[in-house]
Amino acid sequence: MGNFGAILQRELKSYLVSPIAYVVGAVFLLVSGFFFRNMVMQFNMYCMTYIQQAQRYGGQLPQLNLNEIVVNGFFGLMSFISLFIVPLLTMRLIAEEKKSGTIELLMTSPISNVQMILGKFVSCFLLYTIIVGLSGFFMLLLEIYGSPDWGPIFSAYVGILLMGGAFVAVGVFASSLTENQIVAAVLSFAALLIFWVIGWSANFAGPTMGKVLTYLSLIEHIGDFQKGIVDSKDVIFYLSFMFFSLFLTLTVMESRRWRK
Amino acid sequence: MIEVDHITKYYGQTPAVQDVSFRVEKGEILGFLGPNGAGKTTTMRMITGFLPPSEGTARVAGYDVFEDSMEVRKRIGYLPEHPPLYDDMTVASYLTFVSKIKGVDSKERKSAVDSAAERCGLGDMRDTIIAKLSKGYRQRVGLAQALVHDPDVLILDEPTIGLDPRQIIEVRELIKSLAGDHTVVLSTHILSEASMTCERVVIINKGKIVAMDTPKNLTARLMGADRIYVQVQGPAEAVTAKLREVPNVADVVPEPGGNGARGFFVESKEKHDIRAELASAIVGSGFGLLEMKPVGMSLEEIFLQLTEEEGN
Repeated sequence: MGNFGAILQRELKSYLVSPIAYVVGAVFLLVSGFFFRNMVMQFNMYCMTYIQQAQRYGGQLPQLNLNEIVVNGFFGLMSFISLFIVPLLTMRLIAEEKKSGTIELLMTSPISNVQMILGKFVSCFLLYTIIVGLSGFFMLLLEIYGSPDWGPIFSAYVGILLMGGAFVAVGVFASSLTENQIVAAVLSFAALLIFWVIGWSANFAGPTMGKVLTYLSLIEHIGDFQKGIVDSKDVIFYLSFMFFSLFLTLTVMESRRWRK
Repeated sequence: MIEVDHITKYYGQTPAVQDVSFRVEKGEILGFLGPNGAGKTTTMRMITGFLPPSEGTARVAGYDVFEDSMEVRKRIGYLPEHPPLYDDMTVASYLTFVSKIKGVDSKERKSAVDSAAERCGLGDMRDTIIAKLSKGYRQRVGLAQALVHDPDVLILDEPTIGLDPRQIIEVRELIKSLAGDHTVVLSTHILSEASMTCERVVIINKGKIVAMDTPKNLTARLMGADRIYVQVQGPAEAVTAKLREVPNVADVVPEPGGNGARGFFVESKEKHDIRAELASAIVGSGFGLLEMKPVGMSLEEIFLQLTEEEGN
């Protein structure tokens, strides 16, 4: 526990003194803010159109749902941006230790690989949580000027954090494969992108294989969260995705011991 | 304290270290000497457990570096070839981090960090970001990192590299002061360093041990033929001829250049002290004997000789 804490604390400090966390956070807010504004404008335009139609032709005003149009769109967008920012946050985690030689310190200190990997994973996950959490500001704006349903918003946050955790775990694994940070970022981005769209190929596979491919898709499991449903099978999917990626990382780290 | 038993390391097909065995007793300072690329770093990495040996075993304090890696890790301080520093941390926070992962008790952490920084002359640099330190200071932080948990065994890979002459002396003194309580293995390619700091020297070349002894014994052992330097006033050829006539003289090599007084290196056959005969022969022939001194082989010469023998 002490060693895990030491690694976690060092990694967090390292994130906070490096520009990358701030740049990534700022870019995340800028891009998501841009989309958020446009989504709200879009929603506004729908409202105007329907009001005009109702005035001109009479009749019932249709129920327009703020959650469906703005919130769902916004969370879909955030998970898409995560695809780009997580590899940038994870790329240095292990690759940099290899490059600078500090891995020799860690591997000759009485800390286990599990403690080291978990410390790194959790530090990056916390940073991701903070960055995604900043978007709560946009939700507050919705609350001030509208009346969103907070239940699905909370569950959508649970979903995006679970998915982000899976992203981070894949990034940690990619970072353990190389000492080049760019290579690590490209590898994790490619892996995430493939698992993002893997469901597409289900259309061209047999029925069983199709089910497997659909199940493996990272995007397939996020939809229910945005509707306000926290399904244990989706939670388990993301948790096992994390576990499996971190287990692969552990295998890579341990492999140096049997690479004679 | 350290037992290295027939370890071999292959990188692909090429052997980097071949069948190396040695022991280091508790409190001893062992120097690991060899040209660049001789396998010093690889051997040290295997002792620390960072690299698994392809064949053979190494034990530290009775624990196998491979089977009981964690026990070994608790007992060693290791300064790798490149000091393992986090550039974004200050010296004090870095040393605190290292003391944490080395398992120093939280109550003793502060004093451990202070004393390691003090011993390595980092008192004024505690709050400096490591990225801003000069090479010499980085090396000292690396050394402080290896000392911070007061380990039984210290493995130091080229501890004085990048330091200026005064710092080198300080670090050597520091290492010498560690002997007794700590067992130290240090590597270097500077021979005078090994002879000054180490009680025993292992000379390694192309992955194999070529000699292992005290610096003094090494010098003595390798002086196969005693060499004597004489400075004589007289014609070079006549003196050379005369010197060759002295019994038990194996070879005479005149020093190049110089008029009137010339130097000659006289090599005697094994274990014969020929100084008296040499002196009387020179004086008896009417030449002026200006100087006479025995010439030992320096560690540099021994080293070159050993590594060349290996090459041939």
